[in-house]
Amino acid sequence: MKYSDYYAALGVERGASADEIKKAYRRLAQKYHPDVSTETGAEAKFKEIAAAYQTLKDPGKRAAYDALGSRPQGEEFRPPPDWNRQQGPGAGAGAGASSFEDVDFADLFSRFGAGGASPFGDSGGQIPGQDFEIPVDISIEDAFRGTTLELDLALPEYDAAGALRRAPHPVKARIAPGAIDGQRLRLPGKGGKGARGGRNGDLYLDISLKPHRLYRAAEHDLYLDLPLSPAEAALGAAVEVPTLAGNVNLKIPAGTSSGQKLRLTGRGLPKPRGGAGDLIAVAQIVVPATLNEQERGLYEQLAAAGASPRRNFAEGA
Amino acid sequence: MSIETEVVWLDEHQVVSLAELVEISGFNEGELLELVQHGVFQRLNAPGQAPLFSARVVTVARTACRLRNELELDLPALSVALRLLDRVRGLEEEIARLRALLPRG
Repeated sequence: MKYSDYYAALGVERGASADEIKKAYRRLAQKYHPDVSTETGAEAKFKEIAAAYQTLKDPGKRAAYDALGSRPQGEEFRPPPDWNRQQGPGAGAGAGASSFEDVDFADLFSRFGAGGASPFGDSGGQIPGQDFEIPVDISIEDAFRGTTLELDLALPEYDAAGALRRAPHPVKARIAPGAIDGQRLRLPGKGGKGARGGRNGDLYLDISLKPHRLYRAAEHDLYLDLPLSPAEAALGAAVEVPTLAGNVNLKIPAGTSSGQKLRLTGRGLPKPRGGAGDLIAVAQIVVPATLNEQERGLYEQLAAAGASPRRNFAEGA
Repeated sequence: MSIETEVVWLDEHQVVSLAELVEISGFNEGELLELVQHGVFQRLNAPGQAPLFSARVVTVARTACRLRNELELDLPALSVALRLLDRVRGLEEEIARLRALLPRG
């Protein structure tokens, strides 16, 4: 595992008082908390300072951290084999407890004190499993038809011997049609494993829809740019429009302007309890970039015959 | 090989009880009821009955608990922070809706 310099993360000296540590954390938390910060990389930075504070604010955890000694940030290291026994009262954490394999640095301290237990398994209290929240990107097609997610996670958990390690945690979840951007899903009991009879944590999925080459989603409605020729827009037309369930014919009324919205009711994303959003085609009048001789002649005739679209400019501002 | 697991949609169609919210959120019953009084959560049923909430509340409650633990906020400060976050979320949704209206450049 890689060593984390928690004092450096909070910008305090190793001998800092509890009050100095608290003030440093609060200052940094206001700047980097992911619920309020717009800074790039704020979430990663906040995780670092939160892990540092959670350890250094607790005298027991801080003593255990200090016992690891001071090292350069990010240096590969392994806690001494007897570190857990020295720090955990009544340690006896089981044969595997000193292996520290597949464990992140923060994991060493994250469960210290949970359920009244030290991280070394000294007391008999139940330890509930941790909840985890992960972002998941799905395509608009998957949101439309539903999909089965197969996630290969690696979550920290205690093994039978009381040792903490990151274990493979495959999760398979069927997402019914109708998920939208920002949809949250809960998978009860699929988070971290509880220990000593504690309940398993939950897994939360935070769904985002991937950008699509044709559609833009707004909740259950889908927006589609609909290119029209000037003639189609002026005279009206019947055009084929792609929807997620296949192409449909759309009647373009004569005199359609750019930006005009044509609604295909119920052709958007399905709603979980029935019904569906709409597909909204936004007219975009596309003028040819180059004209052949015949086209040029016809456009010149139109220009001579047509009324100006800027009649309202005549009276000035 | 994993077995397909139950998925709970945290939306307005699902309902959670106060006891479930206690188990999921990290708040105790008294704290949750105080947040209801502060207007952070709305219960679905009338006072006098066992409180029920929309499952959307689960996300708000978990955010609230995280903010309380990580920023060490008291409940009145937490309720102000959550109202502001709710307004930000509403504005972000409105921006996303308006962006969907814009043609691709």
